[in-house]
Amino acid sequence: MSRYKFVGKDEIRIDGREKVSGAAIYADDIDFGPNLLYAEIVSSTQAHANIKKIDTKAAEKVEGVYMVFTGKDFPYKFGLYMKDRFIFAQDKVRFVGEQVAAVIGRTPQAAKKGAQLVKIEYEPLPAVTDQMVALGKNSVLLHPELGEYPHVPWFFPKAGTNIAHWRKTRKGDLEKGFQEADLVFEDEYHVPRYAHCAIETHVAIGKYDLSGRLTVWSSSQSPHTQRHLFAEALSPMGLTHKNIRVIAPHVGGGFGGKAGVTMEIIPAALATKLPGYAVKLRWTREQEFVNTYQRLGVVAKLKVGVKKDGTITALDHKIYWDAGAYVEYGANVVNAVGLSAIGPYRIPNVSIDSVCVYTNLPPGGAYRGFGYSEMLFGLESHMTRIAHKLGMDEVQFRLKNAIREGDSTAYGAEMNPSGLKECIEKVAKEIEWGRKHKSKDPRKAIGKGFAIFWKAPAMPPNASSSAFLKFNEDGSINLIISGMDIGQGYQTVMAQIAAEILSVPPSKIRVETPDTDRNPYEWQTVASHITWGSGNAVKRAALDAREQILSLVERVFCISKDQLYLEDEAVKCTTRKNFFLPLKDFVVNGIMTGDGTYKGGPINARGMFLPEFSSANSDPETSQGGHPNVHYTVGAGALILEIDRETGKMHVLKAVEAIDAGQAINPDLIRGQITGGLLQGLATVLYEDMRYDKNGKLLNPNFTDYKIPTAMDVPDEIVPIIVEVPQPDGPFGARGIGEHTMLPAAPMIANAVEDALGIRVKDMPITAEKVAMTLLNKTAARRKKTK
Amino acid sequence: MAKLTLTLNNELRSVEVKPNEILLDVLRDKLGVKSPKCGCDRGDCGACAVLLDGRSVRSCLIFAIEVEGQSVITLEGISRPKLTKLQETFIGMNSFQCGYCTPGMIISATELLEKNPHPSREEIQEALSGNLCRCTGYTPIFNAILAATKRGRK
Repeated sequence: MSRYKFVGKDEIRIDGREKVSGAAIYADDIDFGPNLLYAEIVSSTQAHANIKKIDTKAAEKVEGVYMVFTGKDFPYKFGLYMKDRFIFAQDKVRFVGEQVAAVIGRTPQAAKKGAQLVKIEYEPLPAVTDQMVALGKNSVLLHPELGEYPHVPWFFPKAGTNIAHWRKTRKGDLEKGFQEADLVFEDEYHVPRYAHCAIETHVAIGKYDLSGRLTVWSSSQSPHTQRHLFAEALSPMGLTHKNIRVIAPHVGGGFGGKAGVTMEIIPAALATKLPGYAVKLRWTREQEFVNTYQRLGVVAKLKVGVKKDGTITALDHKIYWDAGAYVEYGANVVNAVGLSAIGPYRIPNVSIDSVCVYTNLPPGGAYRGFGYSEMLFGLESHMTRIAHKLGMDEVQFRLKNAIREGDSTAYGAEMNPSGLKECIEKVAKEIEWGRKHKSKDPRKAIGKGFAIFWKAPAMPPNASSSAFLKFNEDGSINLIISGMDIGQGYQTVMAQIAAEILSVPPSKIRVETPDTDRNPYEWQTVASHITWGSGNAVKRAALDAREQILSLVERVFCISKDQLYLEDEAVKCTTRKNFFLPLKDFVVNGIMTGDGTYKGGPINARGMFLPEFSSANSDPETSQGGHPNVHYTVGAGALILEIDRETGKMHVLKAVEAIDAGQAINPDLIRGQITGGLLQGLATVLYEDMRYDKNGKLLNPNFTDYKIPTAMDVPDEIVPIIVEVPQPDGPFGARGIGEHTMLPAAPMIANAVEDALGIRVKDMPITAEKVAMTLLNKTAARRKKTK
Repeated sequence: MAKLTLTLNNELRSVEVKPNEILLDVLRDKLGVKSPKCGCDRGDCGACAVLLDGRSVRSCLIFAIEVEGQSVITLEGISRPKLTKLQETFIGMNSFQCGYCTPGMIISATELLEKNPHPSREEIQEALSGNLCRCTGYTPIFNAILAATKRGRK
């Protein structure tokens, strides 16, 4: 059905043989020989405290301990969008688990023993672990110096408060919009923090060689951004981009957790004090839970006005984010949602306040979905409830208000082409919306839930991608790019794009993991932008190669380029049927002419992409005027949920998710994203949440107490649906879908629980326990009434 | 230090170990076998699974010295001399993503198929319930195992 030979096909992944044979090398697998040193981190036991004294003497005496470092050795700040963090805590700690000192050992055991002997004397300060409390006038301040922190121009920190950023979006006339409404409905929704739980924890190895060159091997989604942030932070030590190299081998899962820089700065900095050695830092699972980014917690206050016919007239969305002790990345989550908290709806009068609040909990940051899951839990719960209040079918209500191409977004830019309507209709049909199901087991109730979603890549307007492409003697290709295959199938998809242009099958294209010294620039593998952004760069590199090939053939054979094309790994001609020049015959060694001389030579191509239409400039009071988002990807989901009325235990009988991929480059990989992402989303609502005690200590930093789904916890049936309304500026029309697959999960469950049992849960997660308790309370209340 | 002798991937190997050294660390750091991965260090995730005398065990929970005289098979051993039908099916059906849990998954699935050449989906779920995967949603892995058994193994 596809118009293409390789694009749109279920190609087999090009990294399969490596990963399934055990050949794939991850950061922890690299050997560094007997000169490898091991770092063990001494972490803060306090949520908020002044550091009075650090005594390292006992640690230094441990046999096998090489050196001990503290904050005074590295008085340098770092951060992606706002420089609010130090490499090690300086005079103050702001969350339990923050790095205070490092013990370097010749063995991991020596480093660990030393770390246990570092004595830190704290002067405790009042800690604030709730964003609503942190917003209060009398709250303790986490960052009294906030006004001095460098940050990107689209952040608006409020010095003298705990507000690190406040994104305000205003459109139309909100009061008028609510006056026009026949029904105004308000409520509040809560979402806790979540952990990524990639099975590979963060690992980074720094080596500062005797020539003054720093190399960092890291499990990363962002090798170039890491190099840049290392260069910024370590510039006082004389380090420049030229002398810093980041090598990123295979990554054992990312989900946003390995974006930007978290713990990698530690071995990078430590290495500069250990010339000639490599120093390794591997997070334990507990450290992985506590000291990387976490998904931000949310309190959302929603007020929506609708007319009797179902038309939405106004939306007031106030979202307060528990962003943690440092928000150098997390504040951009707040920003992204502050622009998009209307959801995929056409709403004329809008007010959004998305407020980034410092708390004494671990730093919030990127997590698959970048804030949209948190926002959509409230919004999509609310939309279902409003439809019910109006006596309208919720699917019809969504269809009526669904945003369309050319509609104005909350910040005034035009909505891109989208298949939202098609997604809604296809999901409704597949789930048999409107048909009631009854369980054979009288103890069990069955409900259906529906939700729609959208998300745009959140990226700086100049986030760019680039690609090199070189041919080998046999006509095979090395595609040299710097995005990361974090599992989504990036390498394969990029190979398919190059294959389509050059008529070389993906199986003959090698894509290696990146090295910033050898591979061209890529901003980061985040935001679901990589198929689109890097795909555009790869397409341009392939077109450059094709142009070089056809120009050479034109010059040698005096056939106009217009008549030449590539097919079956060869140059062919539209006017001369017999013309057939295999690529392998000349793409490295050139073409021999009549006199024995050769023309041409190795085909080396390049491509680059930067979204030149994007701009973050806008009015800080309204967000009107810019073009901060390149486009939105939309979709819809629904599920059938079976619930045990006594225990609250839930089981998904069937889940359907439709997503508009623009053009599926590899449909099988999209189905894979839907299957995996949906389960990750269901996990956030059914099983997981991070539990902190009142002192800011995480109580469940392991897989025994923080339950991620096992093979027993999957829906009985998942139906992925791919919709294709092309993205005009995407490679072959493609846009990203990776994060989006999680987005509808939580509100679908909340809506299905209400459908089945008539109870509305507004706080995530919606565990079996919570459902059972809510039912019990409801029954108890009813009994009280009848008495 | 004590001398440990074991059969690793069908080769007799000897190595000096301390009594408190963990099998996973010895395999990776002293015997150069890198497919067993560390994901949690406490037996929750299954990424470090190996076959010990044919039974799957978590190598992060076993002292190296305990496997004296026994046979340890890791994914490297399963992959030689060539990939098994099961592995080829994983590749052909894109039944992995980041690949970090894949060695453990193949170990558990291999053990299952040795015992039960034609498992049901429920039996597969049960057999893999100790191997965590955060990427795939598991279903593609079930499908690969089902497909591999349909066509007959090896």
